[in-house]
Amino acid sequence: MEPLVVLLPLFGALLAMPVGRMLSARAAELTTIACMLFACLLSWILFFDVAIGHNARTVQVFTWISSGNFIADWAVKLDTMSAIMLVVITSVSSLVHIYSVGYMHDDASRPRFFAYLSLFTFAMLTLVTADNFIQLFFGWEGVGLASYLLIGFYHHKKSANDAAIKAFVVNRVGDFGFALGIMAIFFVFGSVGFEEVFQAVRTDAVVTPFNAVDGAPISELTVGFLGLELHALTLIGILLFIGAMGKSAQFLLHTWLPDAMEGPTPVSALIHAATMVTAGVFLVCRCSIIYENAPDAATLVTFIGATTAFFAATVGLLQDDIKKVIAYSTCSQLGYMFFAAGVGAYGAAMFHLFTHAFFKALLFLGAGSVIHAVHHEQDMKKMGGVRHILPFTYAMMIVGTIAITGVGFPFLYDIFHIPVGTAGFASKDAIIEAAYAAGTEGRAGAYFAFAMGLIAAVFTSFYSWRLIFLTFHGKSRAPDHVMKHPHFPPNWMLLPLVVLAFGALFAGMFGYKSFVGDNAAEFWGNSIYIAGDAHAGGESHAVEAYAAGVTPPVEGDRAETPAIASAEDPAGAAHDEAEEHTDSYGEAGEGHYFPLWVLYAPLLAMIIGFGSAYTHYMRGNNPLRPGLLREGGILYGFLKNKWYFDEVYRFLFLNPSRRLGRILWKVGDGRIIDGLGPDGLSGLAGIGSRLIVRLQSGYIYHYAFAMLVGIGVILLIVRLGGAQ
Amino acid sequence: MTESFIDQPWLSFTTFLPIFGALLIVLRRLLSRGDETALVDNAARWVALLTTVVTFIVSLVVYVFYDPSLQGFQLVEEMDWLGSGISYKMGVDGASILFVLLTTFIMPICILASWNSVTKRVADYMIAFLVLETLMIGVFCALDLVLFYVFFEASLIPMFLIIGIWGSEGERTFMGAIVKNRIYATFKFFLYTLLGSLLMLIALVWMYMEAGTTDVVALQTYDFPVGAQNWLWLAFFASFAVKMPMWPVHTWLPDAHVQAPTAGSVVLAAILLKMGGYGFVRFSLPMFPLASDFFAPFVFTLSAIAIVYTSLVAFAQEDMKKLIAYSSVAHMGFVTMGLFTATEQGIEGALFQMLSHGFISGALFLCVGVVYDRLHTRQIAAYGGLVKHMKWYSFFFLFFTMGNVGLPGVSGFVGEMLTLVGAYKVSTWTAAVATLGLIFSAAYGLRLYREVVFGTVHNEQVLTMPDLGKREWGMLAVLAIMALWLGVNPSPTLEVFSPAVDSVLGRYDAALAAAGR
Repeated sequence: MEPLVVLLPLFGALLAMPVGRMLSARAAELTTIACMLFACLLSWILFFDVAIGHNARTVQVFTWISSGNFIADWAVKLDTMSAIMLVVITSVSSLVHIYSVGYMHDDASRPRFFAYLSLFTFAMLTLVTADNFIQLFFGWEGVGLASYLLIGFYHHKKSANDAAIKAFVVNRVGDFGFALGIMAIFFVFGSVGFEEVFQAVRTDAVVTPFNAVDGAPISELTVGFLGLELHALTLIGILLFIGAMGKSAQFLLHTWLPDAMEGPTPVSALIHAATMVTAGVFLVCRCSIIYENAPDAATLVTFIGATTAFFAATVGLLQDDIKKVIAYSTCSQLGYMFFAAGVGAYGAAMFHLFTHAFFKALLFLGAGSVIHAVHHEQDMKKMGGVRHILPFTYAMMIVGTIAITGVGFPFLYDIFHIPVGTAGFASKDAIIEAAYAAGTEGRAGAYFAFAMGLIAAVFTSFYSWRLIFLTFHGKSRAPDHVMKHPHFPPNWMLLPLVVLAFGALFAGMFGYKSFVGDNAAEFWGNSIYIAGDAHAGGESHAVEAYAAGVTPPVEGDRAETPAIASAEDPAGAAHDEAEEHTDSYGEAGEGHYFPLWVLYAPLLAMIIGFGSAYTHYMRGNNPLRPGLLREGGILYGFLKNKWYFDEVYRFLFLNPSRRLGRILWKVGDGRIIDGLGPDGLSGLAGIGSRLIVRLQSGYIYHYAFAMLVGIGVILLIVRLGGAQ
Repeated sequence: MTESFIDQPWLSFTTFLPIFGALLIVLRRLLSRGDETALVDNAARWVALLTTVVTFIVSLVVYVFYDPSLQGFQLVEEMDWLGSGISYKMGVDGASILFVLLTTFIMPICILASWNSVTKRVADYMIAFLVLETLMIGVFCALDLVLFYVFFEASLIPMFLIIGIWGSEGERTFMGAIVKNRIYATFKFFLYTLLGSLLMLIALVWMYMEAGTTDVVALQTYDFPVGAQNWLWLAFFASFAVKMPMWPVHTWLPDAHVQAPTAGSVVLAAILLKMGGYGFVRFSLPMFPLASDFFAPFVFTLSAIAIVYTSLVAFAQEDMKKLIAYSSVAHMGFVTMGLFTATEQGIEGALFQMLSHGFISGALFLCVGVVYDRLHTRQIAAYGGLVKHMKWYSFFFLFFTMGNVGLPGVSGFVGEMLTLVGAYKVSTWTAAVATLGLIFSAAYGLRLYREVVFGTVHNEQVLTMPDLGKREWGMLAVLAIMALWLGVNPSPTLEVFSPAVDSVLGRYDAALAAAGR
């Protein structure tokens, strides 16, 4: 059953084209959907078995690569992390498959589209169920391929082709780091298996890198890299994070994601919002034990994550393309996830990944309905008033927006002991508070992340409401024929929106206790590093909770690993605080409450953003009038042009390498190597032209004969030589 | 199956079987009258195809007899040849057996690829290919240095002829004379290889004088003096580096590829290039371990330069074949890098990369051949929008492009990853620079694909191009299955390499330890 959940989407992908050719496009759609729904069902069964029933296991399928001690298996690793990813991926994928039947109904190459969607899902599932870095890399590249194919799905469009190549190549820049990280891991640990590597870090084992004379405990080990002597885990952490930056479109390597919106909108929902782009977060959380023992690497993660959250939100403020707004929003939300991981709140990072999948897929599919209705127009300046023609979609988009902006009621916490509000409220507040808590404990970069997170929350609220107001409110700015004859989506196409809306509203409250609340340690088990659970002394409520009843199976393991408790102390204490406000009933006596303003700051940020968007776009009769930023001003241009990243990269990397390629070809190969080599040599001897003319006039047989004679002479020499 | 059946000279039989086919074609021509050219041509095609298929089947029989778990050479045949320690000795081990299979596997595809596209002097063409096959199999089976040298050098002759006679048209000015491009390419190819051959020959003679034998097995355990090893290594290096080809002696390859007919390119990329890498494993590493160790940083430098330099050059190309040729040089950079790491992953990865590159680049040249046959140009700019009417072609071309880019799941990834892992152990600089190849290969590979297959049709002739015929589909499908199978389940293949790599490394490490390094 375990391999089947991964393989079903592959079957779907392989069958789609033949079925589409032999029967009909509809049959191809149904085939892939059936496979996906089946995989989804299995995922949920596995989720309850693995995450709720604490039945983590790894199923080996067969050995993939085996060379000396370099061994990578095909495997299905099931623990809480991969189980969560399984349900997120297969659920969103199923919904997107269903939605696409409507969205793509007039496209001739639907079987191809569905084959790609299923192929993507297969690759993503192999990624999250990997039990070693190489299989993870397989999935990593596989989703990259699917993303490339789907971004470039409209392959006659130049912009789509450009975007597809850009996505693949920029991801490859990240993979450069990832691949080196894998090499470094193998060099240090002599293994690429998760269990071997993480166990060594957990127990602070003495490891001996290749060719090293003496081993050292992994926490102290340094290795050489490009002439530098670096802390091994820090090096590995940074290299892996470069890979994560590419896949998850983090600051510096984010440029591909907005362009990726060239793909059909369901693709944006599935790949570029809910699943693939979160693979980087998944990687960092999967390797949480490494980052917890590599503070500098974790600081980098915090810093880049926080910068991205801020940067992408600023760019989102001024975008006019409805999909690009959501794309930058995705980029920004991924930044939140990363800085959560960076400050040690891996549970919160995964929590946000989980809730984000719902509301962001909802927003994209909602945007898809809008785009579909207004005849494939994406410019919000040419929309307006759409709520009159799409009231249901409007309602769904509102749900998505209150979820992403984090509408909730913090004051109800003490009554219900869970955050009462939308999914985004629960997870984003958990992150912002974790950052603050880590800051109080002196974790590097945490206050920066806290500040960036708050500012970005203002911007998030602003651009999200701006999108709603510009698209759905006011007078229509679309041509008359569009508003009179919109393409209405069939009713069943709205079903996925309802399901996602349900998640966007309730997933936060539903998941809170398990992901970051009381039950976190038990829920996560061994799959990510949880700061609290090593404090066996009883400071942590999480552990106390177990003492009363269930003891999770991991406790035994943890007790044997004193090294960890010491390694994580600062972070651990910090995290406790993050959790304690949420759990005041447990330890009211000694609870470290946050200052009140920290609890209410995100809510305030949301209100400020909403208020300013409302005043600008809803009051007054021209929503397109200039705002705070003067059009044509420096800051306006800076934001409008996305901080000029594309231009700078073109100037710094793209154009020079093109030019260098030509120079190396014409000058390097042509003039220098050939000029001094064969051309020069034959010119020098003056025989070149004569010889070559003779060769040309049919003497090639003679030449061959001469070669044979030469070899004969050689043999003779050898023979004579030997006879001496 | 009786012992005596296995004891037959199977390797010699496999090696020389294609020559018999060539003789049949000669015979058919001698028996024909002057006006029967078309008949003779057709007979030549069929004889060549049957011969190569039968050779492939025989080589599979050889593989059945071969026990991959054993170290050392198997199916060894030896008889006196020139006397005085020079014998006719054949045998295979883990490092060579799969290259024999690769050769016999690729040859029927080459014959099929030439089925309609070669119309001039068909019988001669088929003879050249059959002779070439014998010589290439011989290279991988020879266990005597002189025998190896004969096969190694002689294999160039049919290749010269294939490029020089059946190569493309087009002229250029060279040294003040107007010459055909294909002749210029042949000439360049010849000049480069000549230098390497001469130096290797001198080294060979010296080794024979020193050790008194040219038996490869004996030479592999012979300790050449430390001082001499460096010179011998350099001499062999000159020959193998040109063959690989390594930067900066690579410029003959793009010209040769561009001028060669499709099947010539396939055989050049798939097999002839592998002879250099094979030479390093068979001779340089075990016979001159100290020199190999000494020169390893030098090889790393050249390999790293090759990967970055030729990738950048590939990106600038306007000719499809040239682009793929440059990409071949970059991929061979991974091979040389992996070999001289002298680590298990490095060498196994390098051997695997050679095998994988045989399928993938061979297929890419076939892909070029397919459109060349239809439009008679290799200019990238002449194409665009092929996906509209050539669905299968687009699918296969994408598959092999992704293989070339090193996508995991296709064979290219395994070799690249293993050689990089090996390189990282020895030199992080080399590994880091070589890993840049990951980025560049994606850039040039996807650029080629996009400009040929995607986009809008701007050349109306493209619209008249039919999709793959059955023959073309079959060839590409077989290669795709091989590349996929090697990519998904490479372990059995790596296990075949493993004993040979272990014995090379055992010898290598022992020599270094003895020298106190």
